[in-house]
Amino acid sequence: MPYIAPLKEFQFLLETVAPISTLAETAHFADATPDTVNAILEESAKFATGVLDPLNWSGDREGATRHDDSSVTTPKGFKAAYDGYREMGGMGLPMPQEFGGLGLPRSVVTLTDEMLHSSNMSFGLMPMLTQGAIEAMLIAGNDQIKTMFLEKMVAGEWGGTMNLTEPQAGSDLALVKTRAERVVDGTYKIFGTKIFITYGEHDWTENIVHLVLARTTDAPEGVKGISLFAVPKFLVNADGSLGARNDAYCVSLEHKLGIHGSPTAVMQYGDKGGAIGYLVGEENRGLEYMFIMMNLARFGVGLQGIGIAERAYQRAVAFARERVQSRDVGAPKNPSVPIIRHPDIRRMLLRMRSQTEAARALAMATAYAMDLVDSSDDAELKKVNQAFVELMIPVVKGWSTEMSLEVTSLGVQVHGGMGFVEETGAAQHMRDARITTIYEGTTAIQANDLIGRKMAREGGVTAKNLINAMSVFASSLSDENHVHLKATQKRLREGIEAMARAVDFNLAHFNSDVRACFAGSVPMVKLFGIVCGAWALARVGVEAAHRSAANHPDKAFYEAKLATLRFYVDTMIPEAIAAADTIVNGAQGTMALEEAAF
Amino acid sequence: MKVLVPVKRVVDYNVKVRVKADNSGVDIANVKMSMNPFCEIAVEEAVRLKEKGAATEIVAVSAGVTQCQETLRNAMAIGADRGILIETDAELQPLAVAKLLKAIVDKEQPQLVILGKQAIDDDSNQTGQMLAALLNWGQATFASKVEIEGGAAKVTCEVDGGLETVLIKLPAIITTDLRLNEPRYATLPNIMKAKKKQLDIVKPADLGVDVTPRLTTLKVEEPPKRKGGVKVADVAALIDKLKNEAKVI
Repeated sequence: MPYIAPLKEFQFLLETVAPISTLAETAHFADATPDTVNAILEESAKFATGVLDPLNWSGDREGATRHDDSSVTTPKGFKAAYDGYREMGGMGLPMPQEFGGLGLPRSVVTLTDEMLHSSNMSFGLMPMLTQGAIEAMLIAGNDQIKTMFLEKMVAGEWGGTMNLTEPQAGSDLALVKTRAERVVDGTYKIFGTKIFITYGEHDWTENIVHLVLARTTDAPEGVKGISLFAVPKFLVNADGSLGARNDAYCVSLEHKLGIHGSPTAVMQYGDKGGAIGYLVGEENRGLEYMFIMMNLARFGVGLQGIGIAERAYQRAVAFARERVQSRDVGAPKNPSVPIIRHPDIRRMLLRMRSQTEAARALAMATAYAMDLVDSSDDAELKKVNQAFVELMIPVVKGWSTEMSLEVTSLGVQVHGGMGFVEETGAAQHMRDARITTIYEGTTAIQANDLIGRKMAREGGVTAKNLINAMSVFASSLSDENHVHLKATQKRLREGIEAMARAVDFNLAHFNSDVRACFAGSVPMVKLFGIVCGAWALARVGVEAAHRSAANHPDKAFYEAKLATLRFYVDTMIPEAIAAADTIVNGAQGTMALEEAAF
Repeated sequence: MKVLVPVKRVVDYNVKVRVKADNSGVDIANVKMSMNPFCEIAVEEAVRLKEKGAATEIVAVSAGVTQCQETLRNAMAIGADRGILIETDAELQPLAVAKLLKAIVDKEQPQLVILGKQAIDDDSNQTGQMLAALLNWGQATFASKVEIEGGAAKVTCEVDGGLETVLIKLPAIITTDLRLNEPRYATLPNIMKAKKKQLDIVKPADLGVDVTPRLTTLKVEEPPKRKGGVKVADVAALIDKLKNEAKVI
């Protein structure tokens, strides 16, 4: 069953939580008029359904292969698909026009990224990582670096990678050992091993630009001694043509649980005398640049969670409509029915659908705030929106990906025994989703970021502002007549109250009992996700209710949005309340068991 | 050489159409619409001719409601240089469309008009042929290969018995079949550029064409539902049913 992009839903989000017509009024996004954006979404949807989706399963079966000469081939059809993607101009979608990109708003790119990951997450990783590398160079690179690499990368002619992890340095990058030795001509020689390098080697592009974290010889210990280098697979001559092969080789590929189509490389730098690298920005500021870039990368992984959840939902619905099994509990004398009639299948499908929609609405509200930061002239508005974005990044990443684990697992469950069999495709989504809570910072890392850097450090100002804004919105629901919005108001208020309680606990104990705060940090991500997701979904619901009341020709679509909202607030808000309880009362139990007793 | 490519906005091929409750037609309110796939092939062919140097300008033209502008933008994103919309809310039948196109041809003077062989909504398969007749031009229909040689087009046509290759003098009409080419994906930069290309809007009255329908639709119905099968006892019973019930032998 092919992936069908939910374009109608996308359109609706661009009319509600991320109003694209407002963005198109700014000089910055003047080209992003609703009709152009619509055409771009439609074309991207065609590509996702027509080219990427048919390669998803075969890519999973075949996987990527490394050869003895250190070259890597991706699964059959992937290179041709990438050629299509490159020719289509996909890589430059969010990139500045100055370097050949289209400069489209994040609100649009969020949707095109989702389609990429829904249809083929293994494929989508390469553009995602290349765009991350481009971002890092845009943030910190000098003119030499930008001239040498950016135009080719934005055009998709060269790939890019991010090299952070080493065998002993995972979440803790202070332990990075890769060395960089200064050379008289201003370049550096890089020596070391990097692991988990997504698309570290492949057959799609003639060159690959690796961004590598390394320490210069006299760098200080810890995170303040890490610098960022651009290390191309092939050196670049002054005229832009390709020169000598650099000393950067893929020495093996990992065997993984999922995303088999994506080559995950172990990269060896400097075994043949040193890989030539170009410093990006200033020495010892590498991690700082990475963190600016990381916000977008984390947001991108959140979109992978949403994309894969959407795909799992579509597959589960198709199966539930077709599979006939058992009688309707409400009409036991009649013959067996498609399982979609069974209340528990409905519950599972709605958990899948409503969480996916809520996570998407929240991601879109966040993307829109990014666009306001980029396009507004109002300093105060920029500041407020930037703070909101920073607060939401760990939530969009942490919650959307954790949610995708549940959703893809339910997708298998809806299929019953057939879900455990690979041929149905449901299992692949579950395996592919599994990495999303791990890379670009595990859920715990997101949770630390949320309760520490994004909340405690600023005394919870942004979180409290958000709680206030959501309360004002909840009150405004008193003006609405739709029965599901009335129910939503009550539930949303309960959720906001729970969130306020948890935030207050965190702020009150962060200095006195920091372990207690960290014991409840992951539940905090879930609590934020569910409640903020309800708020975003309800904002969409208000407009849906208005259109439905006005007898819009697509009334059924809007009523479906409201029914989904109703299910979500009735069944998910109680979980948010439980999470708040865990945060406030669960810490003692978590730390009570002695380490030796495990 | 200027090439004119008429394009039609139709219900998207993925949509399962529904008949209106009053049987007056198909419900197209709030249904996804897109360019007729055969028209996409026509645009693609024109763009390939331009890339080969055989064509110099491609003008896309559409007739219908104001939203047909989207279809024209789509054609321009694939590679048409400009667009003309003949805007009308009236029902348009093939003869009216052919007359409108003739008026545009008279004005634009193209050497070649490439149309889809038919539209997937009403499957008329008439407009190209009617336009050829109105213009008194040669026509090559159901094309699966097109080559421009001097002042003529060598066209391979799909006919019932196989393939027929004809040489027609320009100016001429070509209608496209499925196997002529595989239309490209519009690139995203070209979608943005299409927005800035010229799109002129005219009314049927400006062209002096009366578009009043000549045919009346009496009734539109769903195809009959497939009935469940039955098991027959033996071959004789089967033959009897085929003969007397189904009346197919």
